[in-house]
Amino acid sequence: MATKSRLCISWVAGNSHPMTQNVDSWTVAGRTFTSRLIVGTGKYKDFAQNAAAVEASGAEIVTVAVRRVNVSDPKAPMLTDFIDPNKIMYLPNTAGCFTADDAIRTLRLAREAGGWDIVKLEVLGEAKTLYPDMRETLKATETLANEGFKPMVYCTDDPIAAKQLEEAGAVAVMPLGAPIGSGLGIQNRVTIRLIVENASVPVLVDAGVGTASDAGVAMELGCEGVLMNTAIAEAKDPVMMARAMRLAVESGRLAYMAGRMGKRMYADPSSPLAGLI
Amino acid sequence: MISFDLNGEPRSITPGASVADLAREIGLDPAKIAVERNLEIVPRSTLSDVIIVDGDKIEIVHFVGGGQ
Repeated sequence: MATKSRLCISWVAGNSHPMTQNVDSWTVAGRTFTSRLIVGTGKYKDFAQNAAAVEASGAEIVTVAVRRVNVSDPKAPMLTDFIDPNKIMYLPNTAGCFTADDAIRTLRLAREAGGWDIVKLEVLGEAKTLYPDMRETLKATETLANEGFKPMVYCTDDPIAAKQLEEAGAVAVMPLGAPIGSGLGIQNRVTIRLIVENASVPVLVDAGVGTASDAGVAMELGCEGVLMNTAIAEAKDPVMMARAMRLAVESGRLAYMAGRMGKRMYADPSSPLAGLI
Repeated sequence: MISFDLNGEPRSITPGASVADLAREIGLDPAKIAVERNLEIVPRSTLSDVIIVDGDKIEIVHFVGGGQ
């Protein structure tokens, strides 16, 4: 509640025209969040920088990977020492999994480690592009949904595939904007918009964002949120970029809600023509 | 001694030791890990009940930083 009211006050203070709905939120699998930015926790210089970037991003959800413990150094610092899973929701991913079976095995372990059902599924097709393998992704989604998981699913920017995932039990569909870690921005606005229009579960752009305007584009297309890692972690100043992303996601969302002007082929003056000297 | 694989590496432990004993021996906090034994999840509540036997393949994982 503290977070909510703080957000509410800052929104009102930051705008000369307070929003009629003072708290903007979205819901996935019964969980409601006010931040629409999900950030990864990979590639940072150290845990402290990672934690500072998460704080600056305002994210309420971070993605995490599931890996073997280092048996020879069990006292090494752990992510949980820096980012408190009781305050920030850990969304376990299946990064590095190339088959449905590997992804399912990973998420069963994740559920045991964390104790929650909302997970991020990604089944990759090849190492070069990290493009999703949609046949395996769909298979894994069905199995996970049958086992009671709530899978948020990384997918191609294909409106038909996105619908099929939803029918198979995905609680959110997460099309790529561009290949993972590429920072190329949203490559196909048309397909992202079509996915948003057809979906009855949240759509979040996952992968491809390079800078703040890319996040703004995703939100202006009507996505419920954006997931990113490299765009923040590989910025020269990750903490400043995290803040930039937070603002971009908020402003993109506001622009979408406000409803943009129509496009014209030619100029249209915004000063009155009447009374010209 | 009982010989088994832990995270892909050979290891041994005294007969009758449980998965919880193993975690304690390594110095891991059971609340922060998940255990798989021969591809089956070992629920946290049963870590003390599951006795390691010869040839077991044990995986112990936790959450680490990661994006996509």
